Amino acid sequence: MEWRFHSDAPIYAQLVEEITLRIVTGVYPPGDRLPAVRELAVEAGVNPNTMQRALSELERENLVFSQRTSGRFVTEDREMIEEAKKTIADQRIRTFLKAMDQLGYSREEILRLIVEEEKEEA
Amino acid sequence: MAIFEARDLSKSYGSVPALTHVNFSIEPGKIVGLLGPNGSGKSTLIKIANGLLTWQGGELLIDGKNPGPDTKGIVSYLPERTYLPDWMTAKQTLDFFSDFYPDFRRDRAEEMLRYLNIPLTQRIRQMSKGTREKVQLILVMSRAAKLYLLDEPIGGVDPAARDYILNTIIGNYDPQATVVISTHLIADVEQILDEVIFISQGQIVLQKSVDEIREEQGKSVDQLFREVFRC
Repeated sequence: MEWRFHSDAPIYAQLVEEITLRIVTGVYPPGDRLPAVRELAVEAGVNPNTMQRALSELERENLVFSQRTSGRFVTEDREMIEEAKKTIADQRIRTFLKAMDQLGYSREEILRLIVEEEKEEA
Repeated sequence: MAIFEARDLSKSYGSVPALTHVNFSIEPGKIVGLLGPNGSGKSTLIKIANGLLTWQGGELLIDGKNPGPDTKGIVSYLPERTYLPDWMTAKQTLDFFSDFYPDFRRDRAEEMLRYLNIPLTQRIRQMSKGTREKVQLILVMSRAAKLYLLDEPIGGVDPAARDYILNTIIGNYDPQATVVISTHLIADVEQILDEVIFISQGQIVLQKSVDEIREEQGKSVDQLFREVFRC
């Protein structure tokens, strides 16, 4: 998996987003130990202080926790991981709706288009 | 306390001003980009810090001292151009650094050369430009210095070598040490920087953290630089 950054948001915020995504998709499974800050920073090609800031933010959100001597771990609270996943889904839906609004579709039309697309895929 | 600080620093070459009342202060543990177009004074500043040029007004302080023999022991400097004699082998460059710098971690340098498959018997002369730049950076980053001053470390190397060089910088600096990288290739270094200092015509126009710039302006440092320095 690759780390990509866009230019209009702080890098630490994009790291928080990416690591959250990795947690909810199981790339970093519940209860697993995360790589060390420096290792993650090198992998992502970012400043270690920025990576540290992102991990502190994830700790604040209780998605990861640190154990003094043995490092940082992904939460074992699956409900919380599910919640984080839902938050990402909501964001993506909002982005999608905004784009569809821009095209001038009503909510009913959008739903109809989704169902049609579903049929085509099947 | 600041590890690298300028107070009203001024320097001119004859009647041509190179630095005019430059003020900044850099804390330990940061990676800082010294960014400016060609001829803005970046190299002049770094050369003064390494005792290679004198200045006329104000002060430049490294760990509280003016550049001199004391500060050379704690500053690891990567000049714009390589200064290693081209008849030296990779091994001889390691000997050279071991002789000069008590803080040189030879085992680390050897490990990095091995990782890049650069034979210790290869001469500088036999190396490509990219390899030469990598060797030089490996030597400089293998010192346990307090301040690393890297003048254009990624100029003129291919993108893969660039990635290697940036990773070597992130992976090897001591979290208590500070790294100053002078460059105009901003998009390439932006992600590894804590802060940037914009320098233009010998004057500091901005010192700010990268994420502060992104948060406040909603644009990358690269975009901001292009606006500030629009030709």
